[in-house]
Amino acid sequence: MPALVIAILAIAFFTLPFVGLLWRAPWSRAWSVLTQESVRQALWLSIRCSLWATGFAIFFGVPLAWLLARVNFPGRSVARALCTLSMVLPPVVGGVALFFSFGRRGLFGQYLDRWFDFRLPFTTWGVVVAQTFVAMPFLVLTVEAAIRQLDRRFEDAARTLGGTRWYVFRRVTLPTVRPALVAGAVLAWARALGEFGATITFAGNFPGTTQTMPLATYLRLESEPQEALILSLILIAVSFAVLVGLRDRWLGNAPAPTSAAAGA
Amino acid sequence: MTLDAQVEVRLGTLDLDVKLTVAPGEVLAILGPNGAGKSTLLRALAGLVPLDSGRITLDDHVVDEPATATFVPAEQRPIGVLFQDSLLFAHLTVSENVAFGLRARGTARADARRRANAWLERVGLSKYAGAHPRTLSGGQAQRVALARALATNPRLLLLDEPLSALDVGTRGDVRRELRRHLQSFDGVRVMVTHDPVDAYALADRVAILDAGRLVQVGTISDVTAHPRSRYVAELVGTNLVTGTVTEGVLVTKAGARVVIADAEPGLSFAVIRPQAITLQRGAPVDTSTRNVWPGRITDLDRLGDRVRVHLDGPLPLTAEITVAALNALALRPGDEIAASVKATDIHAYPV
Repeated sequence: MPALVIAILAIAFFTLPFVGLLWRAPWSRAWSVLTQESVRQALWLSIRCSLWATGFAIFFGVPLAWLLARVNFPGRSVARALCTLSMVLPPVVGGVALFFSFGRRGLFGQYLDRWFDFRLPFTTWGVVVAQTFVAMPFLVLTVEAAIRQLDRRFEDAARTLGGTRWYVFRRVTLPTVRPALVAGAVLAWARALGEFGATITFAGNFPGTTQTMPLATYLRLESEPQEALILSLILIAVSFAVLVGLRDRWLGNAPAPTSAAAGA
Repeated sequence: MTLDAQVEVRLGTLDLDVKLTVAPGEVLAILGPNGAGKSTLLRALAGLVPLDSGRITLDDHVVDEPATATFVPAEQRPIGVLFQDSLLFAHLTVSENVAFGLRARGTARADARRRANAWLERVGLSKYAGAHPRTLSGGQAQRVALARALATNPRLLLLDEPLSALDVGTRGDVRRELRRHLQSFDGVRVMVTHDPVDAYALADRVAILDAGRLVQVGTISDVTAHPRSRYVAELVGTNLVTGTVTEGVLVTKAGARVVIADAEPGLSFAVIRPQAITLQRGAPVDTSTRNVWPGRITDLDRLGDRVRVHLDGPLPLTAEITVAALNALALRPGDEIAASVKATDIHAYPV
């Protein structure tokens, strides 16, 4: 019984903030806020950047997860810790680290600037990099766990049927871990959409290029708290819709995600 | 296609060292207890486990030889493997599963599908072409797996305990089906099993593997009639006695005397079939039976209408009698009993 009471308290803890938000929302102003150019810009930028970040997380994260799960190399646990550090790091610290390595004067960034005339900080690509940096570990850990749990005899069977390693990976391994891949991608996407600290530190806060929804929400909280409220509701609605939409269709037999989605 | 293999693999506690040759069109069964190295041997032949030393040749083509750094990976060997648990891919339909090997080897989609469906027809499962593997029974799944393994037209077919995951009812059906397909397959077939019944039903020759070594290789009738180790004798369900023969009498290490009708002098094996043994309470009098041994019943195993009676004594034996005989004598574990066998019913051969 005490456990039940505590669990109900936990539910209340998660629900009450939304009740507060909905209660105080200035519904009459909602439409005018929604149609503001700056809001639409921020929302569109958020969606674009978070999808790019999710794409990069999948492109780099799946091979990384495979490497961590399957290849036994010295220093593997150190590599895993390094690759997932940004998940537990305060995002601002991640942003600072990115700034001093990929910034215009950064250890590596200076060469990007000098050789390719390419600058990451204070650009939209900077936002994508910051989001990928903090979001990818969620995908890597989820997919790695799924690859580890895979019955390798299925891959053996595919090899004896004439499948090369790459063919087997595409046709057997990936489809088998697909639920975990989708779950990991959703977690990573949610993390990227909510990303604040690393973005504002590394990419700055320029409307139209780097000011994503979380940044816009935070800044409006000081000047226009009513608008901040509405922006928050939009973010909630988008996240909630995606989570609910995906859950039934794709995550039916997904292994339990290794960690919950986090917003900054 | 001839398979010629000298397989040496060390894996954990297993030390596998096996030499075998399989002729074209032959079915070789590798029989052995769990942990003997059967599956590792099969995986080495398939190219899923590399050899530590030795050599595997298919016809005159070397596919694995560490000494010359030759290793042809599994996907490039002309093999088909039937696994214990079918291992059908759950995200593909039955037809796509059968077509998998053809697609992996570059056959165009339509052609692969047509050939896959032809194979499904051969195993009698055409109507399941579009179904998902999880809707199949164990026996059906294994038949699909067989079609999948044969669809690429392999030259060497490897079967890893193909029937042991099935329940007793379907095992017989699948065994008959397997037998039919193995007969129409002209390449080399190697089957691993721990069940002698599978070996009898499907193989031409058996190789007995124990603790990583082949302890006996021969035709099934030869191995059954002339087991050369206690393990093989137990596997084929007979009694094996070892000792030295002088003047028609074999004396075991423990000192038991076995009279044998026509035995050559020297170190010999003798096979005493459990069915040839007579059990009685008290020593027989005025009998032509030359062998009577005292013994104590340690255990009774009932197999249908037969009972296997395990005896301990100077000569440990297993006798097989009918349930009626068991009841008539009211035998129980712990009973002292006499076991007798005619000298003409014992077959001896040199070690």
